[in-house]
Parts: sequence; structure tokens; C-alpha cells
Amino acid sequence: MYSEKVMDHFSHPRNVGQIENADGTGQVGNAKCGDIMKIDLKIEDDHIVDVKFKTFGCGAAVATSSMVTEMVKGKTIEAALAISNKAVAEALGGLPPQKMHCSNLAADALHEAIKDYQKKQAQ
Amino acid sequence: MKRIYLDHNATTPLDPEALKVMMPYLTEEFGNASSIYEKGRVTKKAIAEAREKVARLIGAQSDEVFFTGGGTEADNWAIKGAAESLRDKGNHIITTVIEHHAVLHTCEYLKEHGFEVTYLPVDEYGLVDPEAVKQAITDQTILVSVMYANNEIGTIEPVAEIGKIVKEKNILYHIDAVQAVGKIPVDVNAIGVDLLSMSAHKLYGPKGVGALYIRKGTQIKNLIHGGAQERMRRAGTENVAGIVGFGKAAELAFDHLSETEERLTQLRDKLLNGMMEKMDHVRLNGHPIHRLPGNVNVSIEFIEGESLLISLDMKGISASSGSACTSGSLDPSHVLLAIGLPHEIAHGSLRVTLGKENTEADVDYLLDILPEIVQKLRAMSPLYEAYLKGEGNRV
Repeated sequence: MYSEKVMDHFSHPRNVGQIENADGTGQVGNAKCGDIMKIDLKIEDDHIVDVKFKTFGCGAAVATSSMVTEMVKGKTIEAALAISNKAVAEALGGLPPQKMHCSNLAADALHEAIKDYQKKQAQ
Repeated sequence: MKRIYLDHNATTPLDPEALKVMMPYLTEEFGNASSIYEKGRVTKKAIAEAREKVARLIGAQSDEVFFTGGGTEADNWAIKGAAESLRDKGNHIITTVIEHHAVLHTCEYLKEHGFEVTYLPVDEYGLVDPEAVKQAITDQTILVSVMYANNEIGTIEPVAEIGKIVKEKNILYHIDAVQAVGKIPVDVNAIGVDLLSMSAHKLYGPKGVGALYIRKGTQIKNLIHGGAQERMRRAGTENVAGIVGFGKAAELAFDHLSETEERLTQLRDKLLNGMMEKMDHVRLNGHPIHRLPGNVNVSIEFIEGESLLISLDMKGISASSGSACTSGSLDPSHVLLAIGLPHEIAHGSLRVTLGKENTEADVDYLLDILPEIVQKLRAMSPLYEAYLKGEGNRV
């Protein structure tokens, strides 16, 4: 059902955890649909210097979360905002069609975390 | 890596003895049972012998057993056949919310064709209240359909008590016994049932064959039209090898019923107690006592079922879950929601169904690897993090 890359990210997820005093935190999904993704960011000079995630969900939900953290580490905020859910799925070698909607929200969580950072900066 | 199969409510491995008796009918004994020459007589006799064995397993007479293409067909035939046959008498069907989709979707279909359907609720253990059946009966009720035992949570329903009520009112009574036959004693006369569905592959027989018990004198319309097979009630050239394999599986189940039941009950309780001892925030789904011998269904809080199944699969274990991701829809199992579980707890369910080839070592292995997997998934779970911070609402 899942590609090798998905299985690799599921069994060896990158950047699991939380960041104390994160500069930005984003959470999407809900327990009802069975997927919750939370992303913490550490941002310096407009660059994402650290990122951690926690996910409650299926194999695809874990793999997309792990993948997005790998994709954004060291990137600028602008570059991170350009990453779409579709791009994350593509980077994983694709997802089963039924997973494209409910379990492919990792980029949304990332964007929420950046928004949270920008809101804090504005204050 | 050794693989351990722990999903016997999904399907069972074909018993080698069943395969052995099937082989001639897949090779040299290919005759059509309707033919009058020797090759036909041989297969006709084999079908008759299998019918006797299946009948004996449920306490029926052999001419009350009709072979079908599986449990789903038997359910479809029983419900549609009864509904159509009794249309002049009424249009009301009573069933329950925790039935298999073979029953639920058949009832939905009949609803589109003018029938009324009452879906009875269940309590927190998944039990149907016989009193509720009584209350639901109207002068339009023509059929009551209740499952013998639930495929997901293993709860065994009070089918004999319900039978008493249904028979008092002279209403047809169907039981989907796909998960019960071969696992626990089933006696059609003790229950007073008119129609009872069975499936071969749930009791170490082959796939693609099942049977419907039809009590003598019960009028239901045919579902499959064509030739005169199955005494003109179910058309289609017989799946001889499948039927013979079903017969052998039924014979084996009958001969070893009480010893297998006792052994799997002990293994089940060992597994369940072990899970409760080794892990926190685990709850049993289904009834603790009125429960199928090999069935363990638990919700492991803060984690999601599919992740758990993939992790177990990587360690060689085949099990199942009622999470949305494994049900093929966005909602978790209708059974888990019906017993009152909140969505997030239903998503975290694990079903382990033991079978006759499982050993204590299999249970020990699962108990050995499960806590570590759960710990890893919880460490990744934002719900668990929230719980540890005292933010989450524990159920």
C-alpha cells in the first residue's frame, strides 16, 4: 500500500519531539478524523534552524510530518511557505489516493507554525 | 522473520485436512453433480456428505442446509428472500446497529424499496436488549435479524432469549452466525431460529462457500435464479471442492469444539490480562464474559490504529483495527461508535483474534513487543503530550 519512502519515514521518523519555547507552533487536524499534526519551529534570521513534530495518525500522517520537517530545515520562511501538501506527498514517492486528503496535512501544520511565528513577531 | 497470524475473525488458514479432501474435486473428480453418469454421482454424493457434516455442527437436519457462495450471500438471501416472501404481511424489519455490513447494507437496499428498518442500539458491551426487540415489534414486523456474535468486539448476543420473543409473535428470525459457528456451540433448535448464515472460511474451510440454514417449512424467495441445484432454491453449478472443504472443516470444528473453545478462552484471557498489566490507558471493548473465545479488542489511548498495525506488521504480527484508516472510510468502526467510544478512542483500537494454530508463545511474543511499539507511538503523539501536561481530556 505504501511506498518504500513512506515506510522509511514511518519506521524512522525524523525530528520527532517538541521545542521548548518554540518561536512558532502549528497544529492541524482533529481526533475525530483520526489525524492530528503539531509542528514546532525555531527561527533565526528568517531561517528555520530547528523543527520538531508530533503526530497522532496513520502511517501516511506520520510519514508526511517527518518528510516536511526534513524539507524545511535550514530553509527561509519564504521557501517554507511555498511547500505544499502535494509537494510533500510527491517527495515521498506518492501516497495511496484515499490518503491524499485526510492524512496529507503536514504542510498545513508547517504554514500554521509560520503564521504563529509571524503573529508573535508582530506583537 | 517468523510471521504470526492473529486475525482469525477476518479469515482463517485452510485446514490441511480440508485441503486434502478437496484436492480430488479440483482434479480428477470434476463432474457436474447434476449429471447422471458416474462422475456426476460421485460429486453429488460428496455434496450430500458435506451437507450432513455442516448440519450436524448446528444441530439441523441436512435437508435444511443450503450451500451458497459465502456468508454475505447467505445474509442477502435470508433478508431479501424473507422480505419479498412476506411483503403482503408487512414491511417492517428489525435489526441492530452493530451488524456486519452484509446485513446493514442489505437492509439499506430494502429501505430504498419500501421497507421500514429499525436499528436497535446496544449497551456499552455491545449487547442487544431482548426487551428492546419486544418493544420494537409492530403489526407490520416480518423479520428480526440479529448477529450471533460480533466480528469486531466478539460480544455474544442473547440470541435464544430474543428467539423466544420473536417466536411468540410468530415472526421470522434470522441470525448472522458467521462468527459463531465453529467457535462456540450453536443449536438452531435451542435458539428457535428460522434462518442462519454461515461461512466456511471463518472455520478453517475455503473461501467462496457458505451456507444458509432454512428451517423446514420456512418460505423465502430465491435470490439466485437458474438451474435446479440445491433442491431448486439456489441455482448455479455447485462449488464441489469448496463444499467438500466446508464439510471437512465443519466436521473438525464439531469434533474439537469444546477443547478449542477452552484453550482459546484461556489464551485470550492471558493476552488481555497481559496487556492490562503491561500498559496504561488500555480499555477492553466488548463484553468481558459473553465473548468469543479467541477475541481480544482493546482501545489503546493516544495512538492511532493503522500506525499500530503497520508497526506490528513490521514485527511479523498480523492483526486488525477499527480505525478509520483501516475501515476504508473517514469514520472509525460503526461498532466501536455504537458502544459509545469517542472517535479518538475508537481510532486507537486493536483487534487480535486467536485461532487454533496459535500458541502461548505467540501470545508471549505479542506481549513482549507491543508495549515498546505503543511507547514509541505515544512519544510521537500530540494527544499524549497534552495528556501529560494535564490538558487532555482522558476518557
